[in-house]
Amino acid sequence: MTAHTDEQRGGLRPGTDAAPLPPRPDPTPTDGTRPDADAPRPDGAGPPAAGRAGSAAGSGRPRGSGAGLGGLRRPLGVGVVTLWLSVIVLLPLAALTVAAFGDGLAGFWDAVTAPTALAALWVTVLVSAIVALVNAVLGTLVAWVLVRDEFRGKRLVNAVIDLPFALPTIVASIVLLALYGPNSPIGVELNATRWGLVVALLFVTLPFVVRSVQPVLIEADREVEEAAASLGASGWTTFRRIVLPTLGPAILSGTGLAFARAIGEYGSVVLIGGNIPRDTQVASQYIQQQIEIDRPQAAAAVSVALLAIAFLTLFVLRVVSSRTQRREERDA
Amino acid sequence: MKVSRGTRLSLRVVALGYLFVLLAVPIGVILWRTFEPGLSEFVASISTPAARSALNLSLLIVAITVPINVVFGVATAIALVRGRFRGRGLLQAVVDLPFAVSPIVVGVALIMLWGAGGWFGALDRAGFQVIFGIPGMVLATIFVTLPFVVREVEPVLHEIGTEQEQAASTLGADGWQTFWRITLPAIRWGLTYGIVLTVARALGEFGAVIMVSSGFPGVSQTLTLLVHSRYIDDHNTYGAYAAATLLMGIALVVLLLMTVLDRKRSDR
Repeated sequence: MTAHTDEQRGGLRPGTDAAPLPPRPDPTPTDGTRPDADAPRPDGAGPPAAGRAGSAAGSGRPRGSGAGLGGLRRPLGVGVVTLWLSVIVLLPLAALTVAAFGDGLAGFWDAVTAPTALAALWVTVLVSAIVALVNAVLGTLVAWVLVRDEFRGKRLVNAVIDLPFALPTIVASIVLLALYGPNSPIGVELNATRWGLVVALLFVTLPFVVRSVQPVLIEADREVEEAAASLGASGWTTFRRIVLPTLGPAILSGTGLAFARAIGEYGSVVLIGGNIPRDTQVASQYIQQQIEIDRPQAAAAVSVALLAIAFLTLFVLRVVSSRTQRREERDA
Repeated sequence: MKVSRGTRLSLRVVALGYLFVLLAVPIGVILWRTFEPGLSEFVASISTPAARSALNLSLLIVAITVPINVVFGVATAIALVRGRFRGRGLLQAVVDLPFAVSPIVVGVALIMLWGAGGWFGALDRAGFQVIFGIPGMVLATIFVTLPFVVREVEPVLHEIGTEQEQAASTLGADGWQTFWRITLPAIRWGLTYGIVLTVARALGEFGAVIMVSSGFPGVSQTLTLLVHSRYIDDHNTYGAYAAATLLMGIALVVLLLMTVLDRKRSDR
């Protein structure tokens, strides 16, 4: 199972010669955001001061004649916005990080490598990787059918794709439980199994790949495909050699977002997952349990580990996409 | 791409079959289970005192979150688009941060900051309860919905540029007049779209809210918490289905609004 998944994940990043994943998630990305929360940056320019410096430097430029909405260009507006984002977003995450390392680095490491914690993180990553892969294949397929195929009711199907984003996650959980749970009307009981987790996560992550591939497929140059076909390429060859490389970045970004969403998901798996430690307990459930039994340091440590995985995923995505963009610019 | 009729049909069958099994059948089953005992049963289940107070609490949280997000979201968008200051890229990243954070982690982070043992624990000890109270639930909801208004208003601001605003101020309008008469009408559809997304997410948020709520029926249960507690604590499966159907109805309205607004935005 492991080797299989790794192999397929490797296959997901074709043409990305770089972006090797570090052996284990490093907590620094999370930690790196912390100093910006309250402390001034090393260059001595705290956010409000930065605003002042910025507008002083920009005084040579026309600045919207200094009137309309000038307040937000001057230090006060920027200061208020920075303060707002700090109190709502950065300070809680800073407090979380500090709590995670409350017992020192060793305490953090012990909490993250406790057998149940490690098992929960492993289940989370494994299930999310499977979900991301299924999304990459079936999401692309759905997008292709929605763009290139014609059938009655296509508009309705297209609208339904967004449903998982509009639906509260707990509703997703109960909806799937009604079909795949105890007393399943079709006799498929998936509750408290890893397949139950997979189905729940597939439900909530469905729109990511579809919605990122769709616009690219609409814009794609069909003349190249027709040229390939007229030169004798089969449908499969055309897809592999022409269509897939065009869609690659979009598939990758949709898949990465789906993965990032899946590893943090809670509401949709809470009812169907069963929360069995070392089997179907995912990281978010483990964290919730640690808070319940009053072990905040362990909860914070695993939270930071989960954040680190999410940030790492998004960081790799950003690196890969900027690389592709640069290559495209060079080719153009 | 030349695709034979057979391939095209089988691709269609696979795609639609996948969507059918994943989306249509489960939703169909829950609707059937909800309305099978009759409409009056459904109405009775969603109008119990606990259900009413859950709906009220959900709406209260929305009513507090939306205005705050609108004011600060628009201010943030304007600062990000029109501002020239160092650290702007950093601010951009912070705005996207809530999308990358698991709802459960949001809850834990809020407990570490506002809880009795947290950085601002003095507030709690002074009698102003944030965690396990409504303020905590509001803070959690604001955290997870923060990016929506900013991200919907930002591109519109980019697109309209500053010419009209400059013209207005040349004609003697002050900052507020320019904002009310020029900027706000221009961003209204983007802003409305952002508000719809905020409302949907605020009503549907579960993970972050359950962490900071005491979860007492009739006191600190939102609609999503009601679904959970009916299923887990009360073993009231039908009640959970009914409450979930109510939330689904709200989600459907939101989806329709999104489609309509999306068309309006692109018409501009």
